[in-house]
Amino acid sequence: MWWILGLVLLIMKLIIVISVLFGFAAYMVLVERKLLGRFQIRYGPNRVGPFGLLQPLADGIKLIIKEDFVPRTADRLVFLTAPAVVAAVPLVITAVIPFSDDLTIGGTRIPMVITDLNIGMLFVLALASLAVYGIALGGWASNSKYSLLGAIRGSAQLISYELSMGLSLVPVVMLAGSFSLVDIVNAQERLPFILVQPVSFVIFLISAMAESNRIPFDLPESENELIGGFHTEYSGMRFGLFFVGEYVSMIVLGALTAVFFLGGWRGPILPSLFWFLLKTMLIPLFFIWTRATLPRLRYDQLMHLGWKFLLPVALVNIVVTGGVMLFMGW
Amino acid sequence: MAKEKSVLRDLLDDVMGLADSYAVTLKHLFRKPITEQYPDFKRLLPARSRGRIILTRDPEGEERCVACYLCSAVCPTDCISIEGAERKDGRRYPLWFRINFARCIYCGMCEEACPTLAIQLTPDFEFSKYGVLDFLYEKEDLLVDHQGKNADYDYYRHAGVSVEGDKGEHINEKPPVDVKSNLP
Repeated sequence: MWWILGLVLLIMKLIIVISVLFGFAAYMVLVERKLLGRFQIRYGPNRVGPFGLLQPLADGIKLIIKEDFVPRTADRLVFLTAPAVVAAVPLVITAVIPFSDDLTIGGTRIPMVITDLNIGMLFVLALASLAVYGIALGGWASNSKYSLLGAIRGSAQLISYELSMGLSLVPVVMLAGSFSLVDIVNAQERLPFILVQPVSFVIFLISAMAESNRIPFDLPESENELIGGFHTEYSGMRFGLFFVGEYVSMIVLGALTAVFFLGGWRGPILPSLFWFLLKTMLIPLFFIWTRATLPRLRYDQLMHLGWKFLLPVALVNIVVTGGVMLFMGW
Repeated sequence: MAKEKSVLRDLLDDVMGLADSYAVTLKHLFRKPITEQYPDFKRLLPARSRGRIILTRDPEGEERCVACYLCSAVCPTDCISIEGAERKDGRRYPLWFRINFARCIYCGMCEEACPTLAIQLTPDFEFSKYGVLDFLYEKEDLLVDHQGKNADYDYYRHAGVSVEGDKGEHINEKPPVDVKSNLP
């Protein structure tokens, strides 16, 4: 009997998390367009509904109604499945993110995380690397020069930054003594890790920006040089999936930053879910601010930053953290 | 040691440069948007901005057009077609005058070419339509009851009108000067 209850609970959590995530992703698009507009001293979308609040709905209807076009020379099966990979990967990552304090109903503690994997962080890193498959395969299957160039850039960039992202998280694991995201949040009960590991935080932030393919690291897309990069040939809802994937991964990276560095759902007075959402939204908002501020990096600058700067700094940071921990007898 | 210090100095400079640009964009976030929200707010366009074409009349209410075909000839998209005709008194006028606005690029060369200032461009640019054939404007659609941008212009009022009667009897003509009595 108990396992049925557990299954129902699990499905409920899945439905809630996925719908909330997609809702946030849709409205993230609106928030981004609004904020970008304000950054550029204009209004942004304000025609559909009050303050343009129905704009995501209109966009969705438009994308679904549009023709789902497949180029004649494209690798059909790969072309059709690639967007799903991009959209699905960030969704799967949310499975290990604890989004609130445990809920107690009638003496039973319900953990507010879909599954508390004891290797949660490895799971996150592995899946984050998987996202590159969607971009690489989509670009390759389109059989177009622009798409291929975008895909090559995307894979090179994501692999380079995956490395520094993983290394920037090693000190977090050292401090928390666990790969489980729940344990990492619990380890930040007294002090969020951003205060202990500011260098790690900055490296993680830059790598996360590169992982989500956003300005200044949007080389796979670079609409000015490569038309649309890896999604040049995509249209309709398949393009929409790439788009949704980008925004969902932005939110998920925000949630991961919150969990790893900002103390997860921990916060004074207000309910823990509120704190978690607030911290999660900080990173996407910062990404939008960055998009309004910085130009796109050149390809060699991107590689230079990744391999010659972030990677050594991350390594030194690990050594220093280890030394200090040994000295202090953590 | 000196080199190391310069590396740190460079890093600090880079970070400060980034922080400066972030500050600039943040400042813009709190500025009032300068957008003119078009359908709600329509800016008054300059009188000489180039939009829908009209055929004007002279101050006495007659058509200015003398069907000289200059506008049709100068039109880069060949969207003006005219058939000229003559009135009884010899004054020419367009029998029909047709502009295909689906082809017109609003370059204003017809206006420049027109010797009688009959064809003129107006600031009205909002005449989108669903059917491409609706963009064929005939003479009755083009002809307006005013003088357009040149209210008093009447120079070619009697151009091409044949002379009837004796000297000094033509329209608005003064009687000839009597040279024999023209003494100082």
